[in-house]
This record gives sequence, C-alpha cells and structure tokens, in this order.
Amino acid sequence: MIRIYGLSRQAGGRKILDDISLEIRRGEIFTLIGPSGSGKTTLLRLIDLLDRPTTGKIFFDGKDTDGPEPVRLAIRRRMGMVFQKSAALNTTVAENVAFGLKFRGTDTAQITQRVRSALELVGLSGFEERRAVTLSGGEMQRVAIARAMVTGPEVLLLDEPTANLDPVSTEIIEDLLIKINSRMHTTILFSTHDMIQGQRLAHRMGVIMNGRLAQVGSLHEIFYQPEGKEVARFVGIDTILRGVVQTNENGHAKVMLDHASLEAITPCLPGKKVALYIRPEEVTISIPDGVRRTSVRNQLTGTITRLVSLGPFIRVTVDCGTPITALITTRSCGELGLTVGMTVVASVKATAIHVRADPA
Amino acid sequence: MDEIVTGITQAFNLIITLNPDVLQIAALSVFISLAATILAACISIPLGGLIHFREFRGKQTLKVIIQTLYSVPTVVVGLILYLLLSKSGPLGFFSLLFTPEGMILGQMVLIIPITTGLVISALSGVDQNISDTLVSLGATEFQSITQIVKEARLAILSAVILAFGRAISEVGVAMMIGGNIAGHTRVLTTAIALQTGMGDFGFSIALGIILLTIALIIVVTMNIITTGLSSEQIIVQGGPPP
Repeated sequence: MIRIYGLSRQAGGRKILDDISLEIRRGEIFTLIGPSGSGKTTLLRLIDLLDRPTTGKIFFDGKDTDGPEPVRLAIRRRMGMVFQKSAALNTTVAENVAFGLKFRGTDTAQITQRVRSALELVGLSGFEERRAVTLSGGEMQRVAIARAMVTGPEVLLLDEPTANLDPVSTEIIEDLLIKINSRMHTTILFSTHDMIQGQRLAHRMGVIMNGRLAQVGSLHEIFYQPEGKEVARFVGIDTILRGVVQTNENGHAKVMLDHASLEAITPCLPGKKVALYIRPEEVTISIPDGVRRTSVRNQLTGTITRLVSLGPFIRVTVDCGTPITALITTRSCGELGLTVGMTVVASVKATAIHVRADPA
Repeated sequence: MDEIVTGITQAFNLIITLNPDVLQIAALSVFISLAATILAACISIPLGGLIHFREFRGKQTLKVIIQTLYSVPTVVVGLILYLLLSKSGPLGFFSLLFTPEGMILGQMVLIIPITTGLVISALSGVDQNISDTLVSLGATEFQSITQIVKEARLAILSAVILAFGRAISEVGVAMMIGGNIAGHTRVLTTAIALQTGMGDFGFSIALGIILLTIALIIVVTMNIITTGLSSEQIIVQGGPPP
C-alpha cells in the first residue's frame, strides 16, 4: 500500500529521519513505536504528504508521491490523519466532521448522511450540534477519527492518538481502531511510545530509534527477538547477558557467562560470542528447597538486590553472579515473602532466551 | 467658567433639536470613515493573508515596517497625499483634493497598516495544528486559507473596528485633504478644530459629545464581539453547563 525507500529528513541542520525504508501492507494495522523525539511524527507527516522529504521516495499504491501539489493533494485525499492533539475548529461537531467532504465538493444531503454515520461509528451519535471546543480530550479524538474516516480513506494515519488521554478513553480509541480495521479494511498506521498499546493493536510493528528504523517485524519478533540492545531495552527486556557458546548439540547450546552458565536454543557454534536477551516475565522466582524437579533447564541461585513495585506487578532483580530481572505478580511476591537480601532461585526455560551473535 | 456652562447648554440644545448642520457633519464623518474602513478591510484581509501564508525574503522586515506605520502621524499622511493629489502633483488629474473621496483615500492610507498588521497577528493566532488538520483533510491551499481566515474572524473584526476608531477620530488627513469645506468636506474633527478657534464652543462641544458617543459605541461593540467569542464557546445546547 505504502512503500518507502531511503527516506530522510533534515531540519535546522539536524537529521530527524535517516534512511528509512518500510512497506505498509494493505489492510494491516502497523504500529510505529519509539521513544519521544525519535522521529515518529516526522515520518507520519511525510507519509501524509504534509512535508517533503530531504531525500528518498514514498510510493502510495504504486504511485510516486513526489510531484506537483495537485498530484500530492489527490493522493493525500485518499488518506486520513489524526494528530496527537486534535485541533477543534470553532464550530459544531457536525461541521468539524464535514470538512473533508466539503473540501471534496460533496453535496449537502450526502454530507449530512455521511457525517451522521461517521459519528455513529465513533459512538458520538447526537453530538452533531455541540460546539467542538467544548468536548473532552477523548471525545475530541473520536471526533478527529470520525473527521478522518468520513471520506472513506484507504489509509488512516494516527500520531500518538492516545498520548494525552486517560485509560478509559484510550481503550475506547483502541477498540475503535480495531473495529475500523476489521469492518472497513482500512489500512491503519499509528505511532505510539506505549509498547503495550503497540502490542495490543498491531499486526506488525516498526521500532524507530533516533530517526532510524531499528527493526520491523511481527510482535513476536520485536518482543522476543529484538535486533540489538536499544530495541531490547525499549521493548522491556531488562536482562541482557554476554557470554560465549561452550557446546552446541543440535541447536541446544550451553553458554558460559562470567559467573554462571545458561542453556539456550541457538544455531551459534562453540566459541561464538553471544548476547542473551531474557524477558522479565519469562523468569520465575522460587524459594530453594533442594528437591524440586522441573523441566526448566536454567536455574540460578542468587540474592535479591532490588524490588520495584509497578502496581499489580513487582520487578525483582536477582544477583546470580550477573543480575537477572524477573516480573512477578505482587500477590506471589507476598506469598513467597520476598525481601531484599533473600536467597532465591531464578528459573528460565532454554526456549525463552533469545540469543544473538554479539558484535562487540 | 461661564463659557463652559453656556457651551454645554448650547451643545445639548443643538443635539436635542437635531440641528441639521450638526447632523450633516456627523453623518458625513461616519460615511467617510466607514467607507475608508470597509475599503481598507477589503485590501488588508487578502494582503495580510498573503503576507502571513507566503514565505518570502524580507517578510520579517515588512512586518516591522507595517507595525511602525501604525503610529504614523496623520499630518504626515496628509502632507504626502496633499503633494500627490494637488493640481501640480503626479495624481493631480484625479481632482481628489478637497473632496470626500480624497479624504476616504487618505484615511485608507492611514489605517491599512493597522488592519493589515492586526490581520497578520490574528492569523498567526490560529493554531498551526488547525492548518495541518485542514491540509490533511484534503483542503486545497485556497480552501485552507479561507477556513483559517474564518477561524480568525472575530480577531479580524476587532481589528477592523479599531481601524474605524482611528479613522473617525483623526484630524490631520481630514483637514489637509478635505479642507473643512462646509457641507462638503467638513467632518466632526475638523469642525471642532475650526469652531473652537472661532469661539463657537457650543457647537464644538456638541460635536465632541457625538464623537465620544461614537467611540463609546465602538468600545461596546468590541466588547460584545470579544465576550461573544467566549459565550459562544461556553453556552451550548445540550452541552456541559458553563
């Protein structure tokens, strides 16, 4: 649907986007995740043809978007965009939603009908005559989605649509995006710095870091097989361990760390330097009792050095020679009676460790 | 002291009895300044829009020049126009000197910087988000400019009213270009200047009161517009209570 080659943009002598190549497929929900200031907004603005790239090309449905303004306008009219903070024009909700149709010269009777169904889609029927500036942030974002969807765009772009919203409004918007994608088959491309949200909605995602596309892939690839330390940290992998492959039997390898060894699945041959990525929710914590038998291949004994409460979860850091972080429920933490300084066993399945050849 | 009291009494008499001279002068004043304001607005709104929406070299300098011209002395405008419009001047063939049309032109020159400058700041006051939104919704350049001007309508209207206030209260241009010819180019300000010089305080005070009343009407109208802006936002049928 959208193909991007070697896209970069410079502003004020600074490279905001650097050599981005990406393909968005028709009908998918694609999420761009990345920390604030990584270039997500810049990329979305380029895709919506609001700005022009410094170098590189964007193809929309096979057509080169680099051309005179009328060509770009025609392509832009096949897309809809929702901004992080939606601007309300100082008029009624119905008028706000109608703009796209008016700009395209749709006749009044059709406008009324399509505005009504767009508002129905976002669950704001009956809001027609309200003044847009009186709406709450969540309501305004839904109006903005109605405003973008009323023209029946093939692609819907959203720039951190829920960044300023409360959890309830966020959930409404998320459900709405899923509904739009499945009911109307609209291709959706949205950016977020919330990786949980990205995970919930997207079919595929791209991680953008410092203006570069660090990784593109399925949720599983991004979350369990991150390409590189930066992506790993961003998607919530706290434990990254360096070691050397000692033995490898049919892909089942033993990796020597500084003070311990772990078993993992990798084609890397003995002698190879590797990095091990372990998601905190894959690590379980137990109290050592000497007799437990388990299929878990890796069991490391260590002392708890840190407990960080995240509401329903607690992040436990265990020093087993190297620090390993586990994410467990607050409830099980209470039942085990975990405290700092306690000796525990951190277990992780060999299959839950992502192994990457370590370039360093 | 006596002079002031008799002057004021006389003034009220003139107003209450609807003295034809007073009415004629007041009507001409309003007509000339209104015409100048409307014409100036017709030029300034597109001009301000052009300056705001187009990027060109010296844009910032131009804005500074426009703002400087807000406070150009009226007599200076009067002098320049006099030189241009007089029989031997380059625009002498229009025969606009000592005519109401000439005065309208003069007041336009005087207030165009104000309306243009305030239109530019009114448009700058419209959120960049709004113009991005309009473009992303598929507006052509013309459609988005029209919509942004509409969005700034209240600020633009206040600019126009302010300009009318400046036009109706100035003396320099009216005197030098109009010439204060009775029944032809005599307006409130020039009449006050002249009648006071001739010791006709009653007449001057009457005209002064009318001028102040017009100023009052301007202020009240501006207030209605600006508070209208906020009440328009607050009072909504079926909306949340203000």
